[in-house]
Amino acid sequence: MDAVVFGGWNDTRQTQLPLVCWFEDCRKDSIPLVGGKCASLGELIHAGVRVPPGFALTTEGYRAFMADSGMEREVELLLKEIDCRDLEALERASASIRAAIEAQPFSNELEDVVAESYRQLSLRCGVPAVPVAVRSSATAEDLPGASFAGQQDTYLWIRGVDEVLDHMRRCISSLYTGRAIAYRANHGFSNEQVAISVGVQKMANSFTAGVMFTIHPANGDRSVIVIDSNFGFGESVVSGEVTPDHFVVNKVTLDIIDRTISKKEICYTVDLQDQVSRAIEVPFERQTIQSLIDDDITQLAWMGKQIEQHYGRPMDIEWAVDKDLPTGGNIFILQARPETVWSSKKTAPVSSPGTSAMDYILAGMLAGRKVK
Amino acid sequence: MKFPNPHDVTAQTIPGTEGWERMYPYQYQFVTDDPVRNKYEGDTFWFNDALHYPEPLYPFDTIWDEAWYLALSQYNNRIFVVPPARGVDHRIINGYVYISPVAVKDPEEIGSRVPHFMERAGIYFKNWDSLEAKWKVKMEATIRELEALKIPALPDMEPLSVVTDAVGESEGFHLLKNYDDLINLGIKCWQYHFEFLNLGYAAYVFFLDFMQKLFPSVPIQRVTQMISGIDVMMYRPDDELKHLAKLAIQLGVDPVVTSNADWSVVEAALRKASRGPEWLAALNKSRQPWFNVSTGTGWFHHDRSWNDQMDIPLSGIATYIGKLKQGQSIERPTEKIIAERDRIIAEYRGLIEKEEDRKQFDELLGCAKTVFPYVENHLFYVEHWFHSVFWNKMREVAAVLKQHGVIEDIEDVWLLRRDEIKQALWDVVTAWATGVTPRGTKMWPKEILWRKGVMQKFREWSPPPAIGTAPEVIQDPFVIVLWGVTNKSLADWAAVQEVKDPSSIEELKGFAGSPGIVEGRARVCKTVAEVSQLQEGEILVAPTTSPSWAPAFAKIKACITDVGGVMSHAAIVCREYGMPAVVGTGHSTKVIQSGMMLRVDGSTGLVNIMR
Repeated sequence: MDAVVFGGWNDTRQTQLPLVCWFEDCRKDSIPLVGGKCASLGELIHAGVRVPPGFALTTEGYRAFMADSGMEREVELLLKEIDCRDLEALERASASIRAAIEAQPFSNELEDVVAESYRQLSLRCGVPAVPVAVRSSATAEDLPGASFAGQQDTYLWIRGVDEVLDHMRRCISSLYTGRAIAYRANHGFSNEQVAISVGVQKMANSFTAGVMFTIHPANGDRSVIVIDSNFGFGESVVSGEVTPDHFVVNKVTLDIIDRTISKKEICYTVDLQDQVSRAIEVPFERQTIQSLIDDDITQLAWMGKQIEQHYGRPMDIEWAVDKDLPTGGNIFILQARPETVWSSKKTAPVSSPGTSAMDYILAGMLAGRKVK
Repeated sequence: MKFPNPHDVTAQTIPGTEGWERMYPYQYQFVTDDPVRNKYEGDTFWFNDALHYPEPLYPFDTIWDEAWYLALSQYNNRIFVVPPARGVDHRIINGYVYISPVAVKDPEEIGSRVPHFMERAGIYFKNWDSLEAKWKVKMEATIRELEALKIPALPDMEPLSVVTDAVGESEGFHLLKNYDDLINLGIKCWQYHFEFLNLGYAAYVFFLDFMQKLFPSVPIQRVTQMISGIDVMMYRPDDELKHLAKLAIQLGVDPVVTSNADWSVVEAALRKASRGPEWLAALNKSRQPWFNVSTGTGWFHHDRSWNDQMDIPLSGIATYIGKLKQGQSIERPTEKIIAERDRIIAEYRGLIEKEEDRKQFDELLGCAKTVFPYVENHLFYVEHWFHSVFWNKMREVAAVLKQHGVIEDIEDVWLLRRDEIKQALWDVVTAWATGVTPRGTKMWPKEILWRKGVMQKFREWSPPPAIGTAPEVIQDPFVIVLWGVTNKSLADWAAVQEVKDPSSIEELKGFAGSPGIVEGRARVCKTVAEVSQLQEGEILVAPTTSPSWAPAFAKIKACITDVGGVMSHAAIVCREYGMPAVVGTGHSTKVIQSGMMLRVDGSTGLVNIMR
């Protein structure tokens, strides 16, 4: 792996670490600085995968925010006496920490750095006040065996620097939900050890989006890629609010070997009036239409296969098809992390003890095939 | 899943067919007068072998059913001592064959069979290639013997040489003896047919089983793609047509070859054409043995060979000449196919995580690749080459019976059991020797007429896919791979029974034979003779296909069959040509009509009729 090259936003403090960092400057070993999500986006870009551009508020930026504002001390005080089994006290402490964080302004320096990065991102995308997704990128999240998935927040279709800053604070505060505090206590992470990064990523104006596993989540079959999709942003699929369309693709040949088209009653899309993302009802006549065309399924599966090959392991991927771009270059990968369920499972080999063909044939004949 | 009781089915005799049982061997009947056998039959699971017998069986054609009843069972049970499986039992209802795998039930007996199986099967697996080479020698010798076999006519007076050479035997005796020899050669050929097949299928089945355990979603066609050979005999007849097409152009006789669809006209013209005889000589070389390829599966007397119906290979040659003239390539893209096969093997292997599983994969794949050429090639030797010659020898026997008035038409002979033919020959021979009229002349024509009526009624009857009591476990590798007896297929069979109105069906399910999706117009060809109606770009819908259908595949863009699994001819050829195939749909030729718009998904095995 190349040495990590950081952006030029070193501050006047006694540190070499940047407060923000462009995704393309992140690599998979940048997790301590930019968290799992942003590190993986950097890694994907590096691997040649089409990822919407963006930048991260680094853990260094997070620490600066917590230190400059005095929040660090306040959190320490509030959590000192907490008994994690006392859920009510836990929730009370969480609520006051989160309220305090969300009300806390950024230092001028930090605000300038973020605003400048956002301005450059808008410039790059050719869209004034480009709509972005703001999501937390935790340093312990996404790691095999310690899945924090869903414990931090994602905000969609955020426009303008003030909104971006505001949602950055919300992401930071999501590190202090009652559940997250308890989880860390139970798993032996200290609060000082844990830092969060916040990713700011150009919002794909998705026509269709969803998730993709490069392993069959139901049976661990590594020879397939499983894709779930719905119209609009991927949130409806990720959150399980709809039963998405479901496709099984042969990883070796990229044939679609199974498809289930579901009735999709809602989808998330941007409300152009007030520029926010919200759930809307899918028009009746479109509810049972396949939400991802076959060519895109094949293209997406091919991308999934490349990502798996790059990481050398089965992956869990979020993706979107951008409606503003022409076919052939409009599928984006928003997120990729190692699959954790089957990868950590110990399974017995399928082979017979002798591993000769005869041994297997005999064992198979003796077992027979069940007919019910 | 509930299936009818076999005795209830047999009890409902079709009116007008009373006494049909005498058309088949007595041991094929479901019985009511033997309580022990009756109970066994009721407690057993029987399924209709529609894979081999889509139509009711002619009494004579029962010969191959008896031949494999014996051969498959003896190799499983008495020769290789397969631990949990004995043979496959047979019955016939209204002309349709029902079969049932017989298991070894006592665990101790299964255990005691294991060492014998390991020793005996081990010898074959270990020495596969050298034993297979010996097999080819035996098999070719058997076919030569068959070709040399004479079916003598009965002379008014034996030639003088019988006396001068002191032969001491008459042509009457030779007729009886050579008929026996003919039958025995057939039975012997089927002994060889199964010498390697049980083990070959076992190797294939368990490679498939292993792959499905490792990769539950792996399509069967991917597994067959890994082992299918490129250089199998099945492609030879078609390759000969391509060769002859090129040669015709090279010799400049292609306008003559394509001048008429009738072979006799073309042949006469070629004899007169300059360099025509040269081309005819090359054709005659190709004909033996390659044009012995049957236009059907070879299992039935009505499956004629290319040699019998030269118009069929002629139309294939004409198609290829047309393609070559248009500058199109007629070669199978073999290099591409081999590269793709190797890529698929490497990718699947790369997805295996455990070292021991990778080793097992290599072992099983190696074994399956070793056995595979036999599994394909035996078909050409037995079902095509031997059978095509055999049916014509039988027609020579029939000609003698016809000459002596026992049957009215040569093709009537198939309505007699082979032991009845033997009796009729005795009748003819003794009457000939004595100088009287055979008794059969007044007996058989009447019986044959009645049997023809019975066969027609049988054809109109729909056999239930399965009867009796379904077992919990099936251990016979044949039953699993050839007939695909699984929970799913049993459920599908149960469902097929319930379809009353074919015009209401919009979707047909079969096996995913070759991947890809296309839409197009259907062309239903019930026999290979109808292949000439095929238009470029149509979707072929056929009961089943065989190598003699090869020229059809140059025109179509997808193929659907009633009968056959992913190892069937249609599936293999479509994979070679890279076009979708859905095979084993059960009744597509009954449901689909020519001209209907179809959507064929060869990756999932679905056919949609766009009504």
